[in-house]
Amino acid sequence: MQSKKTDTIDSRDQDTSRPEKALKAPKTLDIAQTAAAIRSKRRLRQNAVFTAFRIAAVINGLALLIIVYFMVANGWRAINWTFLSQAPMDSMTKGGILPCIVGTLALSIGALVVGFPIGVASAIYLNEYARPGRLLRVIRLGINNLAGVPSVVFGLFGLAFFVIYLKFGVSLLAGALTLGAMTLPVIIGATEEALKAVPDTYREASLGLGATKLQTIFRVILPTALPGILTGGILGISRAAGETAPIMFTAAVFFTPHLPKSIFDEIMALPYHIYVLATAGTEIEKTRPLQYGTALVLIALVLGLNLLAIIYRSRLRRKMQT
Amino acid sequence: MSNIRQLKERWMHYFFFGIATVSITILLMISLFLFAEGLPIFKIVSVKDFLFGEFWYPTAEPPDFGIYALIIGSLAVTVISAIMSIPLGVMTAIYLAEIATPQVREFVKPVVELLAALPSVVIGFFGMVIVAPFLQNILDVPTGLNVFNASLMLAFMSIPTICSISEDAIYSVPTNLKEASLALGATHLETIVRVILPASISGISTAVILGMSRAIGETMVVLMVAGGAAMIPLSIFDPARPLPASIAAEMAEAPFRGDHYYALFATGIVLFLFTLIFNLVADHIAHRYRQVGEASL
Repeated sequence: MQSKKTDTIDSRDQDTSRPEKALKAPKTLDIAQTAAAIRSKRRLRQNAVFTAFRIAAVINGLALLIIVYFMVANGWRAINWTFLSQAPMDSMTKGGILPCIVGTLALSIGALVVGFPIGVASAIYLNEYARPGRLLRVIRLGINNLAGVPSVVFGLFGLAFFVIYLKFGVSLLAGALTLGAMTLPVIIGATEEALKAVPDTYREASLGLGATKLQTIFRVILPTALPGILTGGILGISRAAGETAPIMFTAAVFFTPHLPKSIFDEIMALPYHIYVLATAGTEIEKTRPLQYGTALVLIALVLGLNLLAIIYRSRLRRKMQT
Repeated sequence: MSNIRQLKERWMHYFFFGIATVSITILLMISLFLFAEGLPIFKIVSVKDFLFGEFWYPTAEPPDFGIYALIIGSLAVTVISAIMSIPLGVMTAIYLAEIATPQVREFVKPVVELLAALPSVVIGFFGMVIVAPFLQNILDVPTGLNVFNASLMLAFMSIPTICSISEDAIYSVPTNLKEASLALGATHLETIVRVILPASISGISTAVILGMSRAIGETMVVLMVAGGAAMIPLSIFDPARPLPASIAAEMAEAPFRGDHYYALFATGIVLFLFTLIFNLVADHIAHRYRQVGEASL
C-alpha cells in the first residue's frame, strides 16, 4: 500500500516535469501554452475514457432491450385468450399454457410461504439480537454460501431429500420447499436492509418507554420496516418464478392433463415448458411461436414483479428522505 | 409477572437464533445429501479417474465416467465470460458511482437490476434461437451453439452481480480521499484510477469472484446454448458440455441409484465445491481487506 502512494507521487513528478523543462525557456507565453496543451490533453484523455464508461453502461441497457424486444416481437402474436386459458393440445403443438401459469404461480407462492417467515425471522436475529463475533460470522458465511449454491445443485438436493428421502415424490410440495430454500438469502438480504433503515432513535424511544425488546420489534421496528420487507418478498417470488433447474427433478413434468389439486401433484411450469418445447419437443420449429409466447408471459410476470418492487422502493426512499 | 416476561424474552431470543441457523443447516444438508448420493460412484472409479478421465460415456457398455472434459468446458465458459463481464461490469459500476448524474443513475440502476432478474431460461432461449443462427451466419462456424455463445450469455448474467457489488464498494470510498486528490490538481479520471479504484479494490475483487461463481454454477444457459458435446473444446467456437449442463440433461434418464445417477451426484459435488471455494475466497477478501475509512489505503 505504501508503495502505491510513492508511486502516485513519482508519476505526478513526471507529469509536472514537462512544464519544468519549459520553465527554462524565458518566454512566459510558451509556459502558458504548454500548460494549456497539457491540460487539454488530460481533459481529452478523460473524455475518451469516460465515453468508454458510458458505452459500457449503454451496452447493459441494450442487452436488456434486445432480449425483451425479440421476445415481444416474436411472442405477442401467440398471446390471446385461448393461449392463456387452455391446456396444451395435440402433443403440445396447439392450445395454451394455463397449467404452466397456474403451476408457476403455485410454486412461487409456495416458495414464499416457506422462505418468507424463515427469512424475516433470520434477518430479525441478525439485525436486532446478534452481537458481532465468531457465531455471527459463521451464520453470515452460511447465508452467503447458500446464496452461491448453483441452482442445479439445489435441484439435486431437492431430489435426494424432499423427493426421495422424505418420499414427497415429484410434487408441488418438493418444488416449493426447494425454491423456498433457494430464495431464503434474497429475503434475508432485503429484510436486513429494511431493518437497518429503521433509525436507532425509534428503538431507543420504545425501550425508553419501558417496552420490552420483543414489543419493540413487533410494534415499532417491523411496522416501520414492513414496506421494505414486502419488497424483499416480491423479489423472492420473482426469483422463484423464473428458476428452472431446481424444479426439473423435483416438481415439473413435461405434460400433465389436469391442474394441480393437491400439494402432492406433479405440475407444469412456465420456465420448464419453454425449455422442454425448445429442446425436446417433437416439432421444435413448429412450436416456435408457442415458445416465444411462453417466454413473453414469463418475462412479463418476472419483470413486472421486479418493476413493482423497484418503483415501490424508490417511492419509499423518497418518503424516508423527507 | 416480570419473571414470565423475562422468560418469554429469553425464549424468543433462542427462537430467532434457531431460525437464523436454518440457512447454515440447509447448506450442511445439501453437502450431506450430495455426498451420500455421490460417493458410491467411487467404488467403481477412482477419484483421479473420475476427475481426470477424458471420456464421459455414462450409458455405454462398459460406461466411462470421466468428467475432465466437462470441467474444462465449465472453466472455458467461465473464463471467457469473465473476460467480457469484468470490464463491462466494473466500468458500468464506475459510471454509476462516479460519473452519472443522480437522475441518470435512478434510471440505469433499475436497468441493471432488471437484467439480473431475467430468468436464465429466457436468456438461454434467446441465445439458442436468436444468437446462435446469427453467429453461424456471420462467422461461418459449424454450429452457433458453442463456447463463445454460452460465454456471451453468461457474461450478461454475471454483469449485474459484478456491477452492483463493485458499485457499492466504489460508492463507499470516503469523499475526503476523493476531495484531497482533486485538490492536488488531479483530474477526475486520475482520481478514479489512482485513488478510488485502489481504495475499493477489495470490494471489486469480491464482486468479480461472486460474478464468476454465478457463471460457473449457471445451468439453463449452458444447457441450452453450449452445444452439449462432451469433448474438450479446442477453440471458442467448439461446442462444450459444462458440469451443470451434464447434470441437468442426464438426471431425468439416469436409472435411480444406478452408477450413472451416482456419477451425476458426484459431478454435483465437484460443482458445489467449485462455487463453495469461490464464495469462501470472496468472503475472505471482503473481511480480510475490509474498507475501513482511510485505513485501507
